[in-house]
Amino acid sequence: MNFFFGVFADDHQLRLELIAGLLVALTCAVTGTFVVLRGLSFIGDALAHGVLPGIAAAMLLGVSGMLGAAVSAAVMMSGVGIVNRRLRLSGDTAIGLLFVGMLSLGVLISSRSLSLVGDLEEILFGDLANVEWSTISIQFVALIGLAIVFAICHRPFLLLSVDEGLVSTSGFSAKIFHNVMMAMVATTIIVSFTTVGTLLVMGMLIAPAATGALFARRTSSMILIAALAGSTSVYIGLLASYHYDLAASASIVLTAVILFALAAIVSEVRKSRLRRNTVDQEHEHPHAHGHVHI
Amino acid sequence: MATTTVPVHSPISADHLCVGYGKRPVVEGVTLDMQPGELLVLIGTNGSGKSTLLKTLAGLIKPVHGELHLLGEHAGQLPKRVAYLPQHPVSSHTLPLCVRDMVAMGRYAHLGLFKRATKHDQAIVEDSMRRAGIDEQANKPIRDLSGGQQQRTHLAQVLARQAEVLLLDEPTAGLDINGRKLVASLVAAERARGVTVVMATHELLDAEHATSVMLLAQRVVAMGPPDVALRDEYLRECFGFTQPH
Repeated sequence: MNFFFGVFADDHQLRLELIAGLLVALTCAVTGTFVVLRGLSFIGDALAHGVLPGIAAAMLLGVSGMLGAAVSAAVMMSGVGIVNRRLRLSGDTAIGLLFVGMLSLGVLISSRSLSLVGDLEEILFGDLANVEWSTISIQFVALIGLAIVFAICHRPFLLLSVDEGLVSTSGFSAKIFHNVMMAMVATTIIVSFTTVGTLLVMGMLIAPAATGALFARRTSSMILIAALAGSTSVYIGLLASYHYDLAASASIVLTAVILFALAAIVSEVRKSRLRRNTVDQEHEHPHAHGHVHI
Repeated sequence: MATTTVPVHSPISADHLCVGYGKRPVVEGVTLDMQPGELLVLIGTNGSGKSTLLKTLAGLIKPVHGELHLLGEHAGQLPKRVAYLPQHPVSSHTLPLCVRDMVAMGRYAHLGLFKRATKHDQAIVEDSMRRAGIDEQANKPIRDLSGGQQQRTHLAQVLARQAEVLLLDEPTAGLDINGRKLVASLVAAERARGVTVVMATHELLDAEHATSVMLLAQRVVAMGPPDVALRDEYLRECFGFTQPH
């Protein structure tokens, strides 16, 4: 049992890593659900890379990396909006341009300082081993804030997932609520990058939510399944990292993707069984259904 | 004794309306004065401007120029009283919603961000599902339904709004003969209770019971009662063929 639980009781830093990881899992479950439902993975990924120059500049200036990431995310979102609307280019072209532009800028800023090369690795892949209570406090406040925003905005968010036109014709502003949703994605990335890194945070946003999408019948249950899958990934990933000396954030994200793969297999087997049962019933009672389905 | 008169506004009135995207006109010279219970059917080929006109009526795009009022207000100002069915609404295969939840979204215009759904709202949702013939699938996930059943779900969502004006963009798309009959009977029932309906379609048969028909080909080719607007010369101009006699 010590293999599974004792290590967390014995090691103070590992406990901090577990708490930070669980907060990332819960935050990503709320936001990731709508990233998956609305197909926002590309812009989310671009945003995760787009915060790099802000973080690098903040480190050079000696200010908070999260503050730099927030400024960078705001610049990136404004840039995407301008390229998309003013230049009449498609959304993914605008996102792609800003994505590579911001990433290059981040690497350029980093290359100005040799000490940043090590920092760059921390930005991209996270630094769970050095997580502190101050980071955990910010993550906790962000989780509560995002949960409140979700509770207020869940109706327009659901409408956005079905059709943007439905949002406006139901009396809500599609533009405002889309921007609120993007701000939630940006906030999640900003508060999670110190734990799992900007490269791997997308894995936590997408994989657990995609697992939830395989089984859920309501958005609330999709968030719950995503939270469970994400938390399990954090726990297993940290254990693997501790016992086998593996990179913590990569272990967590890989576990989340493996859990998704297992869930997808279970879902497919269940579906094929259901299909077989339906065919068997139709063979036994070919005229059982008195009405016509359209 | 002084009496106050309540102004009665036409459900839809348009004067020399030009619709399009930005400053690029798609259809010009639309003039309408619809009364409660009337059905206007928009007919035309792909790209003829049917959906652009409907989106303008729904307030999703601004008119290029001209006057447009729905129930006395500018388009898009009365979400509780105007319902819109988009063309091919997305029923994403990842969407974790059952039919009942999807239909309940039709009540969001009345509930806003904070109001809780009452028993009255729930009764409207159940009734809308029954009328659209989708009540037996109420607890099924939307992603497990056929295209026709999904379209019925979206129709039920529009009915749940209990609006005075319905804007339907190709409501019969993807439906078989039973589904088409159902849409016709739903439209007839809504008109009977005074609801004004504008419906875009490719099917000439859908215009059979219309009060008026507008034939579109990036301009108004003809407008009037079906027997006038669907004359051979107009159909030839619009589609390049005429109806078989």
